[in-house]
Amino acid sequence: MINAIETTGLVKRFGATTAVDGIDLRVASGSVYGLLGPNGAGKTTTIRVLATLLRPDAGSARVLGLDVVHDAAAVRAKVALTGQFASVDEDLTGHENLVLVGRLMGMSWKQARTRADELLAAFDLTEAAGRLVRTYSGGMRRRLDIAASLVVTPELLFLDEPTTGLDPRSRNQVWDIVRDIAAEGATVLLTTQYLEEADRLANRLAVIDHGRVIAEGTSRELKASVGGSTLHVRLQGVDQREDARAILSRVIGGDVHDGHDAGSLKASAESDVAVAEALLALTRANIPVAEFTLGQPSLDEVFFALTGHGAEDRKEEVDA
Amino acid sequence: MSTMIDSGTVSDARRATPDSPARARRVLSDAPRPPRASALAATWTLGWRAMLKIKHVPFQLFDVTAFPLMMTLMFTFLFGGALAGSPRQYVQFLLPGIVVQAIVFISVYTGVGLNTDITKGLFDRFRSLPIWQPAPIMGALLGDILRYSIAGSLVVGLGLLLGFRPQGGLPGVIAALALVIVFTMSVSWIWIVVSMKVKSPESVMTSSFLLLFPLTMASNIFVDTSTMPGWLATAVSYNPVTHLVNASRGLMHGSVPVGDILWVLAASAVIVAIFAPIALRMYHAER
Repeated sequence: MINAIETTGLVKRFGATTAVDGIDLRVASGSVYGLLGPNGAGKTTTIRVLATLLRPDAGSARVLGLDVVHDAAAVRAKVALTGQFASVDEDLTGHENLVLVGRLMGMSWKQARTRADELLAAFDLTEAAGRLVRTYSGGMRRRLDIAASLVVTPELLFLDEPTTGLDPRSRNQVWDIVRDIAAEGATVLLTTQYLEEADRLANRLAVIDHGRVIAEGTSRELKASVGGSTLHVRLQGVDQREDARAILSRVIGGDVHDGHDAGSLKASAESDVAVAEALLALTRANIPVAEFTLGQPSLDEVFFALTGHGAEDRKEEVDA
Repeated sequence: MSTMIDSGTVSDARRATPDSPARARRVLSDAPRPPRASALAATWTLGWRAMLKIKHVPFQLFDVTAFPLMMTLMFTFLFGGALAGSPRQYVQFLLPGIVVQAIVFISVYTGVGLNTDITKGLFDRFRSLPIWQPAPIMGALLGDILRYSIAGSLVVGLGLLLGFRPQGGLPGVIAALALVIVFTMSVSWIWIVVSMKVKSPESVMTSSFLLLFPLTMASNIFVDTSTMPGWLATAVSYNPVTHLVNASRGLMHGSVPVGDILWVLAASAVIVAIFAPIALRMYHAER
């Protein structure tokens, strides 16, 4: 299969900071590929290099077979970018914004108006078409922004954090849109710091931290690489956590981590038998369990296993 | 997090998932890719955008024109009697100058607008489109012509109400406005450079006053150069605004001051020659 994106040792520095530190990517045509990582990991910088907005300092990047430095204009003709901040004109109406892009893409006024109407209908924005964008909600802006990227069908669509800052309902709408775009055959490269989002949308993903790819694969493979399934246990009594930890550690083996609240624990289990034994051991030790779940590790846990820190604990850093 | 359902199967985005049944809507178009927009079409389209902004947010025009309009009223009635015998006589002298001040002041909006586009991420979209790259700047300048014409007409209109009677008639006024607009568009390039340097639209505005106040006050807009002390008169005579005001006065009152017009055109050319290449280089450079 032809790769829509191929990068080799891509590096981008800003002064003393190395935002992208040797990234290798292979993104198959027609797939949805996710770049997953915390703020400041280098996701946005990578996308901006691929969209020809930034020039790499080292390494190479080919987008749709074209070099992003030497064939920048040709790349621009085939890709579309929806940036992190809704890049639509607030002082124009939704309809005018789409006509503007259509005209800039080379359409006649009539073609641009027709396409604008189609997109506004497809994105549930027909009623708001004549309103200034400054009166739109965050979700409406984001949909308009994505629509603007689809005025002329791109061969590759970059979506930089498409749902950051959106409420759950708007987020679901954007997810549906991304699925529709993918179902119609376009290649999508999206960045996200939400593990759930990468899990739901992307066929494959690369986990990025400090400008490097630290893991790559399908979300299933990534989860499997962390090993086994994960047992979550919530105890009825918070004060029994240390006793429970000792038992779990002994029966299941390996590390037992704190869960999300004071009375919960999580442990990686190689076999279901070990899990059953562990639960039995807790009951025998008179440690009542309020709730337990067993499942594949979440991407949150994958991230923790790969980096030693959570995916969202560096919020204060600004993504360059 | 208490329910740990494996969502691995949902990750296949091509499959219609339970929460998004296959729908009839199509988001992508099968239409053939249109030919690349010409430089002219792209510029014209972005000029259309600038025009729409004036239409949708007319206030941006008035908050800058309000100042010169206020100055016109204030100077005419407060100082008109003292400076020229009567307000009506003074407005004949003042108005062609106030037109210059009004329009030159508004030029900062070119920078404010571009900086807003940059900070809002709109420039990233433009820059990622397959268009003639300077089109967003050229389109903004195109929109400015309309902005300047409206502002100039407002000031002249107020002048007519106050008794301004240009002997050059409509052709003279139009010729004067055209010259003022040419000069102002060269000044716009300065704000384009500033807009790419500073962090916020407000900073463009603030820094502009450092240049605009001396440029317009240390000129012959309000009083004749001959009333100034020698050293100041000399300094003022090198201010391009002084020549622009002379030309504007001449044209509006029916003469053609060739020397001043050439001076203004030369000054405009020099400003563009210095700032346009810097602006375009900064625009092409990554941010």
